[in-house]
Amino acid sequence: MAEALLGVRSVSVSFGGLRAVDDVSLDVNAGTLTALIGPNGAGKTTLFALMTGFLRPDSGSVRFAGRDITGQAPHLNARLGLARTFQIVQPFAAQSVRENIAVGAHLHLAERRAALAEADAVAHRVGLSAQLARLAADLTVAGRKRLELARALATRPRLLLLDEVLAGLNPQEVAEMIPVVRSIADGGITVLMIEHVMQAVMNLAQHVWVLAQGRLIAAGTPAEVTSDSAVIEAYLGYGAAARLRKAAEANS
Amino acid sequence: MRDLLGIAVFVAAIAAVTWSTDSGVLLTAIMMALYATLLAQAWNLLGGYGGQFSFGHALFFGTGAYVQVIAQVTHDVNAWLALVAAVAAAALIGVAVGAISFRYGLKGSYFALVTLAFAEVFRIVALSVGFTGGGVGLMLPLHESFANMQFGSRKGYIVLALGLVTLALLVTAWLRHSRFGARLQAVRDNEDAARAVGIDPFAIKLGAITLSGAFMGAAGAFYAQVFQYIDPAIAFGPASSVEALVAAIVGGMGTLWGPVLGAAILHLLAEFTRNMFGTLPGVNMVIYGAVLVAIVMFLPRGIAGAGASAVSVWRASGGRSG
Repeated sequence: MAEALLGVRSVSVSFGGLRAVDDVSLDVNAGTLTALIGPNGAGKTTLFALMTGFLRPDSGSVRFAGRDITGQAPHLNARLGLARTFQIVQPFAAQSVRENIAVGAHLHLAERRAALAEADAVAHRVGLSAQLARLAADLTVAGRKRLELARALATRPRLLLLDEVLAGLNPQEVAEMIPVVRSIADGGITVLMIEHVMQAVMNLAQHVWVLAQGRLIAAGTPAEVTSDSAVIEAYLGYGAAARLRKAAEANS
Repeated sequence: MRDLLGIAVFVAAIAAVTWSTDSGVLLTAIMMALYATLLAQAWNLLGGYGGQFSFGHALFFGTGAYVQVIAQVTHDVNAWLALVAAVAAAALIGVAVGAISFRYGLKGSYFALVTLAFAEVFRIVALSVGFTGGGVGLMLPLHESFANMQFGSRKGYIVLALGLVTLALLVTAWLRHSRFGARLQAVRDNEDAARAVGIDPFAIKLGAITLSGAFMGAAGAFYAQVFQYIDPAIAFGPASSVEALVAAIVGGMGTLWGPVLGAAILHLLAEFTRNMFGTLPGVNMVIYGAVLVAIVMFLPRGIAGAGASAVSVWRASGGRSG
């Protein structure tokens, strides 16, 4: 089998006494749409930061597209085709939506006009066409999440890491966003998403990793991991899986 | 396109006023306003578009001024070549200071303090070493000729200043419509987001401080040609740093015309208060200061951003009542 697009090997990082990510290994294969889930504080965003170079792991390695990129600066990773969005949206607030996306498009397009045209095209893909001239600061939460996605998409990534692009959206906005994410994956971009919205994970992901307290505790299809007792206990507490099973038996 | 048209109109207007008057007072005022514009626009390249607030742009100003004079007096270099050397030297100092400060990620007030410290160090060095003439300063001998960049009338200096300001405006307009400019503003607004889309903040900021230093060096060289005397306090003292940043902030940071407006208005204000209250020493500075405070309080985006400020105030008040 060919090497995975992104290969994480035994990566660990500590902040003071806290082991935020502990010996995590995973492979993201090209052309897949996968998800990373886990309770709050599990280290998901930290793991993204380790993958993209915003943080350097204490030990372990990260390989992307056949090269070792462990601890390599984020802007160099972006040039290799590794893009990310931020859970707490980070727009260039003083600039318009079009200008925001164009900054991403400039990664491959030197011409201002070409970058602005690309921005329009990308905005269309994520459903931001109507907001192109507005200031990023004036967007709604849903709009800002789309903008995060659009700006990362404009860099023409091979692998897109989405950090909770559905968080904070109402059910209708979630329902509108799911096809956008799916169409990105269908367009040939490999997607790994951190997500709490299980509706989206069940709907979209082919494979799911579960992170709890810095460790990978389960992996598999969405149906497999949601019935895994270790996963249920990580979310609901010790003994929860047994109690649920008993309750289910009593009901049947 | 609109930017270029505006610049053309601006140049034509200044030229028309200059050629239609022989009033020494008016010509001097135009020359000094253009000089202040050059300072403000130089600062704006780094502070306004790059978000890196320098408090020590005198560093570049003084470097330009000293190179301009020393090249001519000590090394017998032609004044125009000296200007090129002055600009290059100031740009190089920009590279050096930028490399040191940005390599270690200095931002905000830390960057401001480091630039201020560099300017002070240069002032003290200029006081101590021989080739700057120490505290006595350096005179540029009066030999009026075009080759010496010494013009018989103010009009010659106005043409020179207008040329430099036009160049600064063109570079600013380029920033507004180029990849480099887009990246610079991205780094200013959010450095992490910029890194995530493939921008190297260090390289971008280094480019900006180099450009900014070059124009500030040109302003220093211009000063030396006009006043024909410099000493460490003039060259590296805080006066030019403050003049540059106040005009840019009052006029509107990160805009094309803000620094022009700021420089012109502050210059008019200074002249006006000096004439009105010249007999009462200090009063002119009090009024000047009060107006500055008022502008910063009520027009946080500067004069050029007055429209935008008004809109947001209107929206905020609408939001409260509704």
